[in-house]
Amino acid sequence: MDKMPAWADAVLVPLISLLLAAILSALVILAIGENPIEAFNLMVEGALMRSAGWGYTLYYATNFIFTGLAVSVAFHAKLFNIGGEGQATIGGLGVALICLYIPWPHWSLALIGAALGAAAFGALWALIPAYLQAKRGSHIVITTIMFNFIAAALLNYVLVNLLKPAGQMDPASPIFPAATHLPTFQDMFATDAMPLFRGSPGNVTFFLAILACFAVWLLIWRTRLGYEIRALGHSESAARYAGISPVRTIVIAMLISGGLAGLMATNTAMGEAERLVMNATEGAGFIGIAVALMGRNHPIGVFLAAILFGFLYQGGAELALWTNIPRELIVVIQALVILFTGALDNMVRTPLERVFVAMRKERA
Amino acid sequence: MDFATLLQVLDSTVRLATPLLLACLAGLFSERSGVIDIGLEGKMLIAAFFSAAIAALTGSVWLGLLSGIVSAMLLSGLHGLASITFRGNQLISGVALNFLAAGLTVLIAQDWFSQGGRTPSLLEGGRWAALTLPLAETLRPVPILGPIYYELISGHSILVYVAFLCVPATWWILFRTRFGLRLRAVGEAPEAVDTAGVSVVALRYAAIAICGLLCGLAGSYLATGLQAGFVKDMTAGRGYIALAALIFAKWRPWYALWACLLFGLLQAVALRYQNIDLGGFTIPVQFMDALPYILTVVILAGFVGRAIPPRAGGQPYVKER
Repeated sequence: MDKMPAWADAVLVPLISLLLAAILSALVILAIGENPIEAFNLMVEGALMRSAGWGYTLYYATNFIFTGLAVSVAFHAKLFNIGGEGQATIGGLGVALICLYIPWPHWSLALIGAALGAAAFGALWALIPAYLQAKRGSHIVITTIMFNFIAAALLNYVLVNLLKPAGQMDPASPIFPAATHLPTFQDMFATDAMPLFRGSPGNVTFFLAILACFAVWLLIWRTRLGYEIRALGHSESAARYAGISPVRTIVIAMLISGGLAGLMATNTAMGEAERLVMNATEGAGFIGIAVALMGRNHPIGVFLAAILFGFLYQGGAELALWTNIPRELIVVIQALVILFTGALDNMVRTPLERVFVAMRKERA
Repeated sequence: MDFATLLQVLDSTVRLATPLLLACLAGLFSERSGVIDIGLEGKMLIAAFFSAAIAALTGSVWLGLLSGIVSAMLLSGLHGLASITFRGNQLISGVALNFLAAGLTVLIAQDWFSQGGRTPSLLEGGRWAALTLPLAETLRPVPILGPIYYELISGHSILVYVAFLCVPATWWILFRTRFGLRLRAVGEAPEAVDTAGVSVVALRYAAIAICGLLCGLAGSYLATGLQAGFVKDMTAGRGYIALAALIFAKWRPWYALWACLLFGLLQAVALRYQNIDLGGFTIPVQFMDALPYILTVVILAGFVGRAIPPRAGGQPYVKER
């Protein structure tokens, strides 16, 4: 068959798509009367040249690793989970309940407990869409979108009517007890001589995210379940013929996906805000889609793409601070990345395939 | 609840249902042709922005409407490029378009108006004026029917009447014209349409062009009819509610009208009453907000009348060789 070498498929196609997205973003910046090169320098300066910038970049990246992994696990089973946002929202509820109502002696135990709670709540939120897809064939994209809105309404209700301390104006839970506060990069790495990561929210959950990358790799490529998930994703009829239950596999894949999305809340609620606030996810569930597409659904790719988006996020905040470019520029870049790496994939791939085939013919 | 309040709630139901109805019919054309469109939200948003921005700059609501429609149709074209020409994933393309609109509108608004991502408030000529239907004033004193005619039926902007007229028009196009037959066929069995010598690609592009046009009307009504100007993310999930209404309506125009009126009513009630007290039992406002989505999930689950989407929805058509 006329195919590209694997490296081109895994590296070259995403890179070209990214380049296209970057060129268009630069044009957008030019169109609103700013200098793209200056803007880029400012983003690098703010996000990567200081340790505090890295602290923010890695903080955002942590969120995107979780949501990116969530989307990719579902993608492996050919399911499109747009519900990361809602699952992370409900995961946050799990974190809050566990941090507020269990007297934890030490943050490490609290982190384990909260992570389990976040994953369980997130998985639970994915359960109904998963079941409906598996059993009744309701389109998972639509149901997970609906569940995002239901999650937002539910969280709103819980925060305003149940968790909000009396007399407080903003809809948020009380501050979590001090024993559950997670060590930030500053706590871990800064010394008196080297005040690193000052004031930045990056924290120990970043390492949890790296662990999750490894766990997902192990799951997808080294376990029977992972094989079943991939088999189902490639061909449902073949999977069925091989004795794999589609219902079971769909539900389990979505539970894992929802759990991963839920885990994001340990970073936002426990690591940063130290309480549960409304809209803590800030669209990270959706960025997971871009991250998974760019990372080609492989944990290493997801990790790198998440760092890239962390950089864009932090850099975008810097831009908004110093120039007339609002933060929404990042939303545009994110949209272009999703468009080129996801929807317009064939536009990049087909000509590239032709080039490779032509080169091979010449050699032959 | 007295009669006057009831009329007010129903009046605001009509207003709130209008953008939902237009977007829902937009989705209907697209999905009936086999192109799933979760980018309704984005198209409405970009149309809302451009219609408000151009109306603010020129003072003409008609020019605003025109630019809103053009912008929504451009996004539609991009969706078509991705999902019809390059046979990409229609869902991913829709998601991308929603983000593109959310980002671009604020970016351009900031560049043009420097008001933190909004347009200036629109004055008289920049907004749709309320139309008073003939005899509304004269009939007003007639008990019951007079106020209904005056409050509920008369006194809306022209886009409201256009939206409601779109329902029979859509029905007629889909079920009584050759184009409509082909459109429905291409969403069910594109290979059959292709065999009959009709272009699948052209039909689908035509469908999403209509989709863009209707989304343009919806967005324009939102920014220049319902409200006076554009604010960031002003569609606030209406595109998704329209999508929900479309499923609720089982992809049929008349059902779409009732579904949109129902969801409009829910919005109107949630807007008017914060928490509804049913004698000791309170329905929280958040529940009312979530109700359209919950109802859609129930319908999707197939417990109350199964919703079966067009068969070829979401699949790019590859010609046999």
